[in-house]
Amino acid sequence: MATTETNDPLLQEITGPTPAQMLRKRVFGHQGLLIGAGVLGVLLFVAIFAPLLAPHDPYAQSLMSRMEPPVFLGGSWEHPLGTDHLGRDYLSRLIYGARVSLMIGAIAALISGVIGTAMGVAAGYFGGRVDMVVTFLINVRLAMPVVLVALAVVAILGGSLQVVIVVLGLLLWDRFAVVMRASTLQVRGREYVAAARAIGASTPRVILSEIMPNIANNLIVVVTLEMAHAILLEAALSFLGLGVQPPTPSWGLMVSEGKNMMLFEPWMVLIPGAVLFLLVLAINLMGDGLRDVTAPENRS
Amino acid sequence: MSPETSAPVLELRNVTKTYRVKQGIFGKAKPLTAVNDVSLSLPRGEVLGLVGESGCGKSTLAKILLGLETPTSGQVLIDGKEILAQDRLSLARRIQPIFQDPYSSLNPRKSIFDIVSLPLRVHGVGDPQEWDRKVREILDIVGLPARVMNTYPSQMSGGQRQRVAIARALIMKPEIVICDEPTSALDVSVQSQILNLLGDLRREFGLTYLFISHDLAVVEHLATRVAVMYLGRIVEESDVAGLFDEAGHPYTQALLKSVLTPEPGLGVPDTQLGMAYPNPIAPPSGCQFHPRCPVATDHCKRVAPRPVETARGRVECHLFDPQSPMHDAKVA
Repeated sequence: MATTETNDPLLQEITGPTPAQMLRKRVFGHQGLLIGAGVLGVLLFVAIFAPLLAPHDPYAQSLMSRMEPPVFLGGSWEHPLGTDHLGRDYLSRLIYGARVSLMIGAIAALISGVIGTAMGVAAGYFGGRVDMVVTFLINVRLAMPVVLVALAVVAILGGSLQVVIVVLGLLLWDRFAVVMRASTLQVRGREYVAAARAIGASTPRVILSEIMPNIANNLIVVVTLEMAHAILLEAALSFLGLGVQPPTPSWGLMVSEGKNMMLFEPWMVLIPGAVLFLLVLAINLMGDGLRDVTAPENRS
Repeated sequence: MSPETSAPVLELRNVTKTYRVKQGIFGKAKPLTAVNDVSLSLPRGEVLGLVGESGCGKSTLAKILLGLETPTSGQVLIDGKEILAQDRLSLARRIQPIFQDPYSSLNPRKSIFDIVSLPLRVHGVGDPQEWDRKVREILDIVGLPARVMNTYPSQMSGGQRQRVAIARALIMKPEIVICDEPTSALDVSVQSQILNLLGDLRREFGLTYLFISHDLAVVEHLATRVAVMYLGRIVEESDVAGLFDEAGHPYTQALLKSVLTPEPGLGVPDTQLGMAYPNPIAPPSGCQFHPRCPVATDHCKRVAPRPVETARGRVECHLFDPQSPMHDAKVA
């Protein structure tokens, strides 16, 4: 760039950082975001490479070594986090359980994200009748208690991983729709949207190429929040016996199975609970951080 | 070039735009006439300045011309063809906007190349090599170096952004450019650069401008004809010299008086307009300007003036209508 420098002020002024450079700087200056992303990254790594990392088969029962305590409560290194009431290795079940939690979180957030974003963007962009219908649907959805509806549906259809994912995906789109509608309303009034329309750009092109890139930051934040929401709901449903069915290793199910022994062996509830807490905390930290680094009021 | 010798490239015939405004949930929708029976004709190569206060309907008129709003009644003709009958793309090739705020008119997520080449991509003109060549060419014409192609709007100053907006408007070589207050968001030092650029481009490409502004000094600098808008109506239309030398309508006179002088001791000029801009949902009876007019009489409150042709153009005021009882008042 320095080779063609002249005395014309117009040629010299363009020196500011690109948006990508500014974003990188803000991301690496935000501790919460880095911690959240780091913890989530580790859990993701563990989930993907579960077969290589787990010391034992998570389904293998051994009645000879039932309810062995974790190593920090006097157990052996053979089972670092102890074994459950059927003698299955607790660490291995935790590691495989990460797969279930993350898969449910990701797929449920994806399904509800597609539904909610389509509804919200359509309502915000077209307004009028479309907006009225979408707002009505959002209100209907908000009036329904998620856990109760999920319990009823799962009770009718029977609990399984697929049913839980689909039910949560079809129930958690409300926040996507609300946030995307508001963001679209805000962006559609900008003059670059009017300019694109005056150029002759089609409606799909205006939405996908002018509006979506400018509301994507809000979308990412909602995705993280709804992922955490879906993971907690799965744990709650599994705890109540209506979510993922045994013997699938699920953190909610582990808490449920451990609750009978809670008074004498509290670690059986605390370990999966703590991991669940850590995952949801990491996702929320990341969501908060993403909101901070992309919020318009932080832009110079 | 007089209006008689060249056919109008842009013509508005009795264009009216009415919105229905609801007040409260159970309130009845009331009509708000943003543009009221506007007829204008714009000969090729001329610059029509459109002036008026905020809220008088200037920007609604611009949106109608760009095809972003449809008029409630009346016709808009480009080269004698109704714009509603033309498809989106062919209209976009003939008429392009330059907006007021270059901080809002450029998509912050797109590079300058993406922004300026968007018309080429939407219209399916050429291939990526040709887009590159054309973007370089138009950036050179508007006075930006080719290396800004890979930068983003946030890296540029207001004047540079407005040059990008001009490049985007001109890359398809339109005939008519709607300039909606193109300098009012810019520093005074940059305003003159952009105005001179717009003037140069008009001569180079033979463009026709509709130049919307509330700044009379800007209009005087660039326009060949001026139309004054009040509450959605064109109250006076004249060539630029006529308007600034011998303004007819009392509202035009007040606007001219409102121009701030650089003399610090003089203070804010008194326009004698007194009360605030009227509510457009409940416009005044008779001549809509009468509550603010210094020379209004009872006749003005009852009867709406009709447009009268004058030597310079057209004016809507009883003072200039030979058939009105007010006509004598001016002489007296």
